[in-house]
Amino acid sequence: MSQRGALYFGIFFLLLIAVGFGQSWNVALGILNLCLISAIMSLGVNIQWGYAGLFNVGVMGFTALGGLAAVLISMPPVAEAWAVGGVGIGLSLLGLLILVAAVIFVRNNVPRVFRFWATLAVILVGVVLIRLVYAPAVDRIEAINPAHTGYLGGFNLPIVLSWVVGGAIAAGAGWLIGKITLGLRADYLAIATLGISEIILAVLKYEEWLTRGVKNVTGLPRPVPYEVDLIASADFAAFASRFGEVADAASVVVKLCYLVLFVAVLAIIMWLSERALKSPWGRMMRAIRDNRDAASAMGKDVKARHLQVFVLGCAVCGIAGAMLTTLDGQLTPTSYIPLRFTFLIWVMVIIGGSGNNWGAMLGGFVIWFLWIQAEPLGNWFMHAITLFMGDDSWLKGHLIAGAAYTRLILMGALLLLVMRFAPRGLIPER
Amino acid sequence: MDILNALVLFANYVFVPATAYGAQLALGALGVTLIFGILRFANFAHGELMSFGTMAVILATWALQDMGVSLGPLPTALLALPFGIAVTVVFALLTDRYVFRFYRVKKSDPIIYAIASVGVMFVMAGLIRVIIGPDDQSFADGARFIITARDFKELTGLEEGLAIRVTQVITIIVALAVMAVLFWFLQRTRSGKAMRAYSDNEDLALLSGIDPDKVVRMAWIITAILATIAGTLYGLDKTYKPFIFQQILLPIFAAAILGGIGQPVGAILGGFVVAYSEVTITYAYKKFLAYLGPEGWAPEGLMQFLSTDYKFAVSFIILVAVLLVRPTGIIRGKVI
Repeated sequence: MSQRGALYFGIFFLLLIAVGFGQSWNVALGILNLCLISAIMSLGVNIQWGYAGLFNVGVMGFTALGGLAAVLISMPPVAEAWAVGGVGIGLSLLGLLILVAAVIFVRNNVPRVFRFWATLAVILVGVVLIRLVYAPAVDRIEAINPAHTGYLGGFNLPIVLSWVVGGAIAAGAGWLIGKITLGLRADYLAIATLGISEIILAVLKYEEWLTRGVKNVTGLPRPVPYEVDLIASADFAAFASRFGEVADAASVVVKLCYLVLFVAVLAIIMWLSERALKSPWGRMMRAIRDNRDAASAMGKDVKARHLQVFVLGCAVCGIAGAMLTTLDGQLTPTSYIPLRFTFLIWVMVIIGGSGNNWGAMLGGFVIWFLWIQAEPLGNWFMHAITLFMGDDSWLKGHLIAGAAYTRLILMGALLLLVMRFAPRGLIPER
Repeated sequence: MDILNALVLFANYVFVPATAYGAQLALGALGVTLIFGILRFANFAHGELMSFGTMAVILATWALQDMGVSLGPLPTALLALPFGIAVTVVFALLTDRYVFRFYRVKKSDPIIYAIASVGVMFVMAGLIRVIIGPDDQSFADGARFIITARDFKELTGLEEGLAIRVTQVITIIVALAVMAVLFWFLQRTRSGKAMRAYSDNEDLALLSGIDPDKVVRMAWIITAILATIAGTLYGLDKTYKPFIFQQILLPIFAAAILGGIGQPVGAILGGFVVAYSEVTITYAYKKFLAYLGPEGWAPEGLMQFLSTDYKFAVSFIILVAVLLVRPTGIIRGKVI
């Protein structure tokens, strides 16, 4: 990391400390925790874009898969639901696998003239057959205590495990989509990833047997102590009373625990990314990015390398997604929107410095900080420009109500300005 | 067996809505494909451009309604359309001047344009939400139906009704008119020919003295017009909500790629194919099959391939299938 980079990180932490003193340490730590997760997402995108020049617009989907993993790993299983619907769901999955195999078989063995129609027929028949088993199973699962469960539940394992599993699931989805689109030019990958992320979200929203859908899964187990337990413990109360309010102190301690976990994950991913970038593999990736024809002529398998790097990036996004859901303690599918979970991450990478891991990390930190602090800033701005209007002015009320959205304008403007005047970002690639 | 009722049912729930939706998608995809063809990048801000244009139309409509102007049975929005188009054209030209021209001069990679379009998307999304807010806005007025389900039933004596809304007919008529004018422009006028030449082979077009700035300007103007019209028709037919225009981007891209990038005819074809597939695959055929089957029989279950929640999956599946089978699209376009 260059001196300039160190300076930027220094400024960021000063700002954070200012928030700590000015607002509260609770707020500052809350922002920092999300900054760390954003930095990991941003590293994931940087692996794809910075190392290899792949334009992934489906970050939201891969993060959501991480969130799904958090639910599937940590929640207790719903025994009755498994009893009534487990077999049906299992059979449906098996049917899906057979269908995929059948489609591959048809595409390889049917004469070219009939291939399209044969494929279509196999898919239609397969879908209808699977639905015969699937739909009743789903109905039975969702009928079980719908107010509280109505889904299969998870495996009741420690939630931290889901960070690894989330990465693996996202990597699998990434492999699938990469396999289809990576041979083609970059725009197609972008549009296809945009599509896959919408579909993943649709599955999360509407497959209630899996995720409870829009009813949300709440109360995920935590890897860190609960505030109420801390407050109840006499030792902690004695310890915390030296610093101030016990409730505040408990909240700060919980956030610090998360902080330690997140810093550890970020450090590991950062270390691995840096090692990869500086290895012969990283140099090869950059060579492919800068001139794929030349790299291809040198005997590098461009498509396979792209697939590799794409899957790695998706895995990192999945890990970050699982961490985010762990921090939230709940999975709310409706909260995933592309502006926040895909395009904002892109702003982070471009502004931080694509191709440079430290840059991507800084971008994650700074942009998340701004995203949060832009809200008071926007409020202040709207109040300032409406100062001369009367208090009962219609326009004034309207503008102040819209103040929260000024942060979208701010992010877009920042992205465009950085792309134009500092296209290499805050910490440029060396 | 009751074929007539089955057909009316099918027309009411599948054919008519899908045709209107297809026309809207086709207009959107035409804009995307023009930018693809002339500027050679995937414009992620296109959804927001549609939203922006619609917003301008809505504001003008409200102003007109306040003044007491109306078109009788037709929605006032049609009168407000020129105003919305003018505002959107100015906005699109400004974004080109201050954002995209820089990269054109530098001859940047298409993907850089696409990322810049993400920046534009953010700014526009913010502006739209500050100006009109993130909520649903209804701005359709005038008569609602050309023929209601009940009138149709009384007229024909059938059990099933066929309702045709004014907005659906307007959508189809306006879309056809716009397409006719567009093709006349591209095929017959000097500027249109210049645009096609430029899209076909940039270097050759430059050699024969075509002014690239003019071509790009024309492309943005046409795209803004198409986007405003498409967004307004969609808003009239369904509802205007800023968030929807981010979701509609996917079917529009699917339509443009399906038809063949840079191919206007392909975009229209793609729009209708996507719309018809989306509606036919997510429609529940239970009642339809009951009419076709023997008297008193009805199939169990809804007889639906995919639940309507997954309508976006349909455009995605089409997209993936095209990429796998024929990446150039139906009408051979560019593989950009």
